[in-house]
Amino acid sequence: MFAFTYQRPEALSDAVGALAADGEAKLLAGGQTLLPTLKQRLAQPSALVDLSRIPGLVGITRTAEGLAIGAMTRHVEVASSPVVREVIPALADLAGGIGDVAVRNRGTLGGSLANDDPTADYPAAVLALNAIVVTDRREIPAGDYFRGLFETALEEGEIITRVDFPQVECAAYMKFRNPASRYAMAGVFVAKTAAEVRVAVTGAGQSGVFLWTEAGEALTSDFSPQVLDTLTPDPDELMSDLHGSAAYRAQLVKVMAQRAVEKAAR
Amino acid sequence: MTQAHVSVQTQDSAQARHNASATIAISLTVNGRAVSAVVEPRTLLVQFLREALDLTGTHVGCDTSQCGACVVHLDGEAVKSCTTLAVQADGRAVTTIEGLAQGTTLHPMQEAFREHHGLQCGFCTPGMIMSAVDLVARFGPGLDEPTIRDNLDGNLCRCTGYHNIVRAITAGAQAMGAPRDLAAE
Ligand code: FES
Ligand code: FES
Repeated sequence: MFAFTYQRPEALSDAVGALAADGEAKLLAGGQTLLPTLKQRLAQPSALVDLSRIPGLVGITRTAEGLAIGAMTRHVEVASSPVVREVIPALADLAGGIGDVAVRNRGTLGGSLANDDPTADYPAAVLALNAIVVTDRREIPAGDYFRGLFETALEEGEIITRVDFPQVECAAYMKFRNPASRYAMAGVFVAKTAAEVRVAVTGAGQSGVFLWTEAGEALTSDFSPQVLDTLTPDPDELMSDLHGSAAYRAQLVKVMAQRAVEKAAR
Repeated sequence: MTQAHVSVQTQDSAQARHNASATIAISLTVNGRAVSAVVEPRTLLVQFLREALDLTGTHVGCDTSQCGACVVHLDGEAVKSCTTLAVQADGRAVTTIEGLAQGTTLHPMQEAFREHHGLQCGFCTPGMIMSAVDLVARFGPGLDEPTIRDNLDGNLCRCTGYHNIVRAITAGAQAMGAPRDLAAE
């Protein structure tokens, strides 16, 4: 790791100030992606601003619309929360399948979203559930938030404070893990509301998480796995690498989507 | 209260492209002992434990967050000490493999690994045992094999093929749940 200085502000405004004062500073949430990145010297921030002691960034609240989850809430907390289990069980399932136990004990919702790794799990939930990413300065609808590989709508120095997830009729997440890295090669989150079905895909897209709108429309008129029999996402939009071709990933996406529908409908 | 004042210098500190690394004072509890130290912010928790405190039971198997050889407990929860900064443990309690035994009496989980041949070379064992103890804390002493296998996916072993590790954890969990007088028999 290159050297950096370390700050641990106790107020959100101080963290915002620290980032504004130093364009090379980076936020430290759970560190489960950032620290491996630093160890490989793929980044060289001048300072890390640790969000762990700022009050109000952790916690899960039942709201009129669904759930509000603080950005520094760890995966283990979401996975084991009775409230999440009751309101959006698919979200608890998703969080319980991120990385491994030790990673879930450190990794956070906000960290995952700010990083926006194309194989991360949370982006699929946020996009399919049409959640709202709340920051220190505004509310960003999921549809506007994700902008590509590791690219989000976040401005310089903007800090995610919580995410508002609306409750849906039913939802489920299914992923196919890379057997070696255990990251999603195709992860599909299906969410059904009274008005529509949204299908979000992670791990497979060339430019990160995306909505598979064709599948969403088909499932809106008939919420059954069979309606996807004749649909496959366009392989031109999917990743091709040593782990699998785009056509293989397209097939995985279809199968994961069908399994998610089956699970959600139960 | 023991005060260990140490400054961990990493190999590449001299070549650092900028000297941003003002050192920082931290105080934490390690295996029940209060420790104060001055560290560089980039010091990993595992580096601090091994190099500053000489607690070399915690191993580095991969350094890429995959193998789990470095698992310790931070405030009672399993974490990868190769993916945690020492400064992040400031004010908190760390338990390493050295903190489990009571004097010369092995912790029931350690004893179970010995008894059931849950190790061969032993490199993964400290992380396995720390993860196993965390598992029992979360699922109770009666946990079943699928739960054990499922929750061990962050701990890699190059030797055993896992069967004996799973057996050891099953037995160790039961021993941890047994009333003390029985366990001591
Ligand atoms: S050394 Fe930490 S996970 Fe391998
Ligand atoms: S006993 Fe050798 S790595 Fe597990």
